[in-house]
Amino acid sequence: MSIRGKAFIAGVHEHPERHLPDRTLPQIHADVALGALSDAGLSTSDVDAYYSAGDAPGFGVLSMVDYLGLDCHYINDTETGGSSYLVHAQHAATAIAAGHIDVALITLAGKPRTGGAAPGGSGRVSAAPEAPFESQWGMSVPGGYALAAQRHMHEFGTTSEQLAEVKVAASTHAQHNPNAFLQDVVTVDEVLDSPMISDPLRRLDCCVITDGGGAMVIVSEAVADRLTRHCIPILGTGSFVKSSQSGRIDLTHTGAVRSGPLAFSEAGVTPSDIDYVSVYDSFTITVLITLEDLGFCERGAGGQFIASGALRAPHGELPFNTDGGGLCNNHPANRGGMTKVIEAVRQLRNEAHAEVQVPDCELAVAHGTGGSLATRSASSTMVLGRSL
Amino acid sequence: MKLPARAAQPNSENLPFFEGAEQGLLVLPRCRECDFIIWFPREICPECGSQDVGWFEASGDGSIYSFTVTRRIPGGWNKVTPFVLAYVELDEGPRVMTNIVECDPEQLSIGDRVQAVFEEATNRDGESGPPLLRFRPTES
Repeated sequence: MSIRGKAFIAGVHEHPERHLPDRTLPQIHADVALGALSDAGLSTSDVDAYYSAGDAPGFGVLSMVDYLGLDCHYINDTETGGSSYLVHAQHAATAIAAGHIDVALITLAGKPRTGGAAPGGSGRVSAAPEAPFESQWGMSVPGGYALAAQRHMHEFGTTSEQLAEVKVAASTHAQHNPNAFLQDVVTVDEVLDSPMISDPLRRLDCCVITDGGGAMVIVSEAVADRLTRHCIPILGTGSFVKSSQSGRIDLTHTGAVRSGPLAFSEAGVTPSDIDYVSVYDSFTITVLITLEDLGFCERGAGGQFIASGALRAPHGELPFNTDGGGLCNNHPANRGGMTKVIEAVRQLRNEAHAEVQVPDCELAVAHGTGGSLATRSASSTMVLGRSL
Repeated sequence: MKLPARAAQPNSENLPFFEGAEQGLLVLPRCRECDFIIWFPREICPECGSQDVGWFEASGDGSIYSFTVTRRIPGGWNKVTPFVLAYVELDEGPRVMTNIVECDPEQLSIGDRVQAVFEEATNRDGESGPPLLRFRPTES
């Protein structure tokens, strides 16, 4: 059974704020849930399935279903870090295609800018079987991705200037987003002049840290048919866990080498058919490697592809992250998967900012990465269409 | 400067690795069914699924697969920057996350030969625990 064209994204909402010290986590989940339901023309009473990940407080799904006042007969709290929300969308589309549910709500919220515990909980991390062999070496999040960047440079000659262009392109998009955390256009030299964090990644190679959240509502065809809002069909999905490869980790690729082909195959399209891509951008290197993995350029050629200006909207070969992405706009709860889907939906609805709206945007990809490129990560890819 | 050295808490699955470390030896798990050398240490072979795992003494020699010089980091590690986080590819095959110590971080390259050193480590209560497996450049 294929899910192609069986489920539709009917509503999305990105919290407009980037710093929310006075709002509780449940309130932010509620803000974005109500925003996405309102966008779809639905209410909480229409929801029959709810999905959240490790960022949901308390007992996760149980606490949030109770808090939001939902009646759900289908729930799921798959936790794969920043890609969780794409995995949720895949599961929701599958449940809709099977006829189990009609209206799925997926929410994300977090306050890392304000401070406090990271999603997941440190107790859970320290109980991991790999912890005695990975937690003693001072690996920061940028440090882990720096290991991948350094190896990619070694094998393929990728340069810091090529990585910097990812940030530059994102900043040229973010200048048009009044809610973006960083709205100033930066140059390659400014990226290279920013402080080195962990060689070869500099401060401006890193995403922003923001409070906030986002939500999406996925519905069956029967529900989509009675809504007036432009509903975006899900054409294909794919997810893959790239393990530490039995201790022989290859740092130059991600699980997108498997999640991408699964999604493209289900959608019946190829990478060259895609008009716009929302690609996970925790760091500039994440974008470069993922573009190679998804087949938008040859393996090892990501640097040249990016340096050609391909990512710049609206007329580049493959415009990306037109909201400014995690690198400039928003990375709520340190998790970028939700906002990737939201901007892809804006593009397909022709509702992106006019300066970055891709003309005749018919097919888009949203892609999430969770975990760490340095150890184990989960990739999830979704192909979306303007219409069936 | 000495890097932070927090001792790992061994469990029944990985104890031989840490008992080896106490003796200054790199002891690795190997699947008795398919001979695969397992990393990270555990009592299941990720290649064939067997739980019949034996242990052997490895050479302690390897080369740098990737590394990064960390210059800014939150928490206690900021006192020891710049320090080197690395993956070392052991001559026996596994790629092991670690630190490169006793080196000039600015002079390292991928492919450099390194050898195991076991550094004293303590737990949260300041009591001594199993030493940490780090690496230093091999003198040529």
